[in-house]
Amino acid sequence: MNGNNKKAWLYLLPALLFLIVFMVYPLIDVFIYSLEEGFNFASQTYFGTGLYNYSYVLHDPYFLQAVQNTFILVIITVPVSTGLALLISVGLSSIRPLRNLYQTIYFLPYVTNTLAVGLVFMILFQRTEYTDGLVNLMLSWFGAGPVDFIDGPYWAKMFVLCFYTIWVVMPFKILILTSALASVNQDYYRAARVDGTPRLRIFTKITLPAISPMLFYLVITGFIGAFKAYSDAVALFGTDLNAAGMNTIVGYVYDMLYGDSGGYPSHASAAAIILFAIVLTITCVNLLVSRKKVQY
Amino acid sequence: MKIELQNLTKTFPSRGRKEHTGVTAVNDFSCEVPDGELMALLGPSGCGKSTTLNMICGLETPTGGRILFGQDDVTSLAPELRGVGMVFQNYALYPNMTVRQNIMFPLENLKKKEHFTKEEMEQRVADTARLVQIQELMDRKPKELSGGQQQRVAIARALVKMPKVLLLDEPLSNLDARLRLQTREEIRKIQKQTGITTVFVTHDQDEAMSISDRIAVMNQGSLMQMGKPQEVYDNPVNLFVAKFLGTPPINVFAGRVKDQTLYIGSEAVLSVKGVSDQPVWAAIRPEGFIPQAEGPLSCRLNRVEVMGRDVSIISGHDACAGQDIRSIISAENHVDTGSDTVRFALKPNKVFLFHKETEERIPFASGQPAIHQA
Repeated sequence: MNGNNKKAWLYLLPALLFLIVFMVYPLIDVFIYSLEEGFNFASQTYFGTGLYNYSYVLHDPYFLQAVQNTFILVIITVPVSTGLALLISVGLSSIRPLRNLYQTIYFLPYVTNTLAVGLVFMILFQRTEYTDGLVNLMLSWFGAGPVDFIDGPYWAKMFVLCFYTIWVVMPFKILILTSALASVNQDYYRAARVDGTPRLRIFTKITLPAISPMLFYLVITGFIGAFKAYSDAVALFGTDLNAAGMNTIVGYVYDMLYGDSGGYPSHASAAAIILFAIVLTITCVNLLVSRKKVQY
Repeated sequence: MKIELQNLTKTFPSRGRKEHTGVTAVNDFSCEVPDGELMALLGPSGCGKSTTLNMICGLETPTGGRILFGQDDVTSLAPELRGVGMVFQNYALYPNMTVRQNIMFPLENLKKKEHFTKEEMEQRVADTARLVQIQELMDRKPKELSGGQQQRVAIARALVKMPKVLLLDEPLSNLDARLRLQTREEIRKIQKQTGITTVFVTHDQDEAMSISDRIAVMNQGSLMQMGKPQEVYDNPVNLFVAKFLGTPPINVFAGRVKDQTLYIGSEAVLSVKGVSDQPVWAAIRPEGFIPQAEGPLSCRLNRVEVMGRDVSIISGHDACAGQDIRSIISAENHVDTGSDTVRFALKPNKVFLFHKETEERIPFASGQPAIHQA
């Protein structure tokens, strides 16, 4: 047994080495940076150690704004996108004609470049001196006044960001859910039909439990993905996210490293560690809940 | 509740673009299951027996013909309005619910329609559980049960709404051999106890013969023969039915009839009165052979298997192309294993003649064995 064990570790070694060098070491390193005050890349020096960086970051209004933005984004987009994806997938699996066409259409956003799509969204929503944009045109049909979604009020900008994020993340969820729905044993449905089960009850009692592992997988990865949002905001509002008031936590980390106000790796590290802690907590809560609810 | 199928036909539209004919799974199927009886739909896989069951259940709509439950035409009725209970091949127990919840499920669907109170439902569930003896398993999930236990839960779930008709689709195929014997007897017992008209689908003739009141043998969508198991066994209408029933299977020889005598090879083996001269298939049940030193049919002796109660002689004959001839005789008979040929006399009621082309039965008056004593 012992010899076998050694062999097993030997086989694992290459993968472990890579994981340690590229995953574990950087993580520890970031943690160390976050505790070193005023670390300088060029000279590799710092003034002292302590929790100063955390204190700075947590008192930085830009960071607090970024945290607020990120949380709003997460709380709105994850449930809405998962719910919509579920609705669409159920719809897709109950139609027969043109199903493949619809599936392709719904999956298209996944293979499209996010920055290019962001540009399209910007043009749809933006208000310039020459035009109010397509969305405002449609709003005007219902008598609503033109709103500047890109440079206007906070809620309008947040709406566009959420709308865009939902649009981008949905295809993957639809893909996963349609295949999960397709893999539910048809005999359950046949049995339910013989027993005269109403449609809604079939959905809540048979379909939902059957696909619940996949739903929870999507929610967890959705949370993680949304917490790491950055490129979506850049695509819509440009690189100066602080000025637009639409920065995210990852955006803040980036700005601290490379942005105009950049050059503060210690602050960036502290912010990254805080994000890590948030994501870890949420994921653990998710797993705890899912262990109770998912019955497979 | 009597079940009556009249000219039932089911054609599935073909998937391929070239042929527009479609696939006929069940073709002009008519039969009747008397009230309270257990009927087995027996046939090889793909013969349309499951489709027939699904049509009785209402999961498939027939393309032609009628289904009557008693006097009521249920052909176009939805499954839940027919009063049927169905047990699926893989049981289809809802994995997220306990046994109790599974059995309760059909009742909860009916709740509004039939005004069940919570107590009534629980009473019904408890009664049904007692019937199939799963009282102590009520709070387990299906995956914590053995195959046999799952089977019983599935039967309980089908019975709990007190259906007029119980349908079972290959109910024993997922069980191991020992459990299969036990479970089939239990199914029979429950069926007798409840007196519910039952149709069950199987490809295992042993299973069908042992527990059913009558069997319907199907092949390629059509009903071949229907009757009491022993009747069908003793009187197969065609070669297919003869071959399908019985273990070990019937032995089929290419023979011919001349002057009202059956010849296998060059030997005259049996007198068959009333049959005109023609080439025939002669099918002989394994128990239709009598080893006899002067018997008319001589075969090459391959080996003898002693199985305690009886002895099985495996031999070969040129008229029995490539197939072993398996005959079962009682252990008291002495077989000379040293010899390389074995001679048999035949029991006339275990020999069936079939038309060479149509494979339909050719009746003959069973006279004396052709040359009983030389």
